[in-house]
Amino acid sequence: MAGGEKKGYEPWQDVNANPLVRIEGVSKTYGEICAVDDLSLDIYPGEFFSLLGSSGCGKTTLLRILAGFEQPTKGRIYIDDMDITTVPPYDRPVNMMFQSYALFPHMNVEANIGFGLRQEKLPRAEIRERVADALKLVKMEAFSRRKPDQLSGGQRQRVALARALVKRPKILLLDEPLGALDKKLREHTQFELVNIQEKLGITFIMVTHDQEEAMTMSTRMAVMNDGVIVQLGTPPYIYEYPATRFIAEFVGAANVLEGRVMGFFEDALSVYSEEYDCELLIHHPKPMDMGASVAVALRPEKVLITEKPVNVASAANTLSGIVAEIAYLGDISIYHIRTSGGKLIQVQLTNRNRMENPGPTWEQKVYLTWHSTSGVVLET
Amino acid sequence: MALNKWSSVGNMRERQSAVLPQTLLGRFRLWLINFMNWRRVRGIARSLRGRPLVILVPILWFSIFFLLPFLFVLKISFAESLLAQPPFSALLHWSSDGILQLRLNVGNFLMLLEDSLYFSALINSIKVAAISAFLTLFIGYPMALGISRVQSSWRLVLLMLVILPFWTSFLIRVYAWIGLLKNNGLLNNLLLWIGIIDKPLPLLHSDFALYIGIVYSYLPFMVLPLYATLVKLDQSLLEAAEDLGCRPLSAFWRVTFPLSLPGVIAGSLLVFIPAVGEFVIPDLLGGPDSLMIGKILWTEFFNNRDWPVASAIAVLMLLLLVVPMMLFQRIQDRPDNHGNGLRNEL
Repeated sequence: MAGGEKKGYEPWQDVNANPLVRIEGVSKTYGEICAVDDLSLDIYPGEFFSLLGSSGCGKTTLLRILAGFEQPTKGRIYIDDMDITTVPPYDRPVNMMFQSYALFPHMNVEANIGFGLRQEKLPRAEIRERVADALKLVKMEAFSRRKPDQLSGGQRQRVALARALVKRPKILLLDEPLGALDKKLREHTQFELVNIQEKLGITFIMVTHDQEEAMTMSTRMAVMNDGVIVQLGTPPYIYEYPATRFIAEFVGAANVLEGRVMGFFEDALSVYSEEYDCELLIHHPKPMDMGASVAVALRPEKVLITEKPVNVASAANTLSGIVAEIAYLGDISIYHIRTSGGKLIQVQLTNRNRMENPGPTWEQKVYLTWHSTSGVVLET
Repeated sequence: MALNKWSSVGNMRERQSAVLPQTLLGRFRLWLINFMNWRRVRGIARSLRGRPLVILVPILWFSIFFLLPFLFVLKISFAESLLAQPPFSALLHWSSDGILQLRLNVGNFLMLLEDSLYFSALINSIKVAAISAFLTLFIGYPMALGISRVQSSWRLVLLMLVILPFWTSFLIRVYAWIGLLKNNGLLNNLLLWIGIIDKPLPLLHSDFALYIGIVYSYLPFMVLPLYATLVKLDQSLLEAAEDLGCRPLSAFWRVTFPLSLPGVIAGSLLVFIPAVGEFVIPDLLGGPDSLMIGKILWTEFFNNRDWPVASAIAVLMLLLLVVPMMLFQRIQDRPDNHGNGLRNEL
């Protein structure tokens, strides 16, 4: 479970692996509203698991059910094969890092971190030692005597992390752990969190609405919507093979082209999109019925944009259009191209050259091409 | 320039809303411009001397209604009792050879120290007030905690119920307790009717009745500040405590109670201070032997007409209450100072 083993650590692929957390058919309803709907999920030891979704998708409710603050209306939860569905929060081998950090304002950093250990009635020397270790882990040794209101947001976040980790839980729950930090600090802390997780080997379950955060940190992530998991998988898998239109558009950006199946050759699907007046050739393992309507997701960075037509064998997977909008982001530029059908398509261009060759400009005619492996057929 | 801009906007509006009389709108616009200029002038004046003005109001208030009367009382406490109008001697007077004499009579204070009546009355008052503060805390804390935890729509109703007794005169409510506690009052009749007792209990004019009166009257002063601190308490702190292994009861003692201490102190002081000097409740409900300093003060003023001694009691009582409180405040401020010092250091 240590850092070295991380590469290729995929227990979910192993049929014999024993999950650490088993969520079985859990539902939570508040009156009429169904926050979590018959959700089942296995999480394996040593994972950094993310629950990703927009607000109100039920991810926080699920995390609070795992912590024990909410009782599921239906279903069971097991940790290490022990049913903990009705176990109160103070008896669970689980600790939580709160979104607001929830540091005790009347205690200094040291007392905050030692709170849980003192509650366990551990010997004083051991508490001191473990608090010192936790302070070192989050690099807060110099601030041990400060009160929470004398700390910056990032420092408070570290204290909250140390306080939750010092109890050595089997699972650490993180509720939007980086939500209150500014962008630069957030990026830095992402890597630090992953390092700490690999060092300690504790299973992390994180709730976030930020897809970038989930992608950088997690071993696997579950995209949630309306109380159910819409897709579960590793970040690259979910990004490259989004199952539905919702995921394609929520995780990263995507152009969704609607069309009809025109044929299937070996392992490629031929689709004609009327709205873009374009023939698409998509790598797809399963044959589909002729004439079936499909939606195809095409990521902006997978489309090549050129100022002259590219010589290709067939007209499939090519489009032409006029530059309608350019968003210059420094490293990349995002182009909105108006195709002949009037539809917009989003394309990303890496700004490899400097000013002498700035790339296509407004109202210029451009040509778009992509590979047959670029598009993904979405479930409808 | 700015004026032209304004008038053009105004003209546009006028054209749009032709229903309004033009002259009135024009006049309104002029008035608005004048008003805004006037506001700006006033704003400058305020920025120059706003702060002293703001402080001046409470200073004036306290000087006229608190400091000045206290100085009168202090003056009288050093005078001699006279059978005259007013019933005390002047401190300053001119002697025949043109010397201004200041005559301070410390005999009143000496008498207070010599006669154990006053001392024991003061001790008894403090005891009664302290026990009352503790009882109101004991009853008020669960009430305040309960109100702060119910749905917000219920909170207002429950708070109203706490404040509701204030809508009736204090005196009438204390008299009502006489009706409840006297020998053929409601409580005794009820107990007789049930058959628990066979002759009326002497409830009225006892320490029991005294405490009931004080606790009943001062309970809202305890509940309101407690509620104010408890309702602000971040619920996630309690969840964090539970998450870290606290059962609800230990979460209360380790998180809720320490964080509500400002409310506990404010409520206790709001009950304790007026209860020390309480006169009406011990007089109407308390027993003949329940000596309280407020009652003695009243007797000295109105029965004995000894204004200087009564004033001396008032001065002494004030000092005995204010000095500990100032010390307490200084202790309260210390952690804050410490924090600032630390912040400056780093």
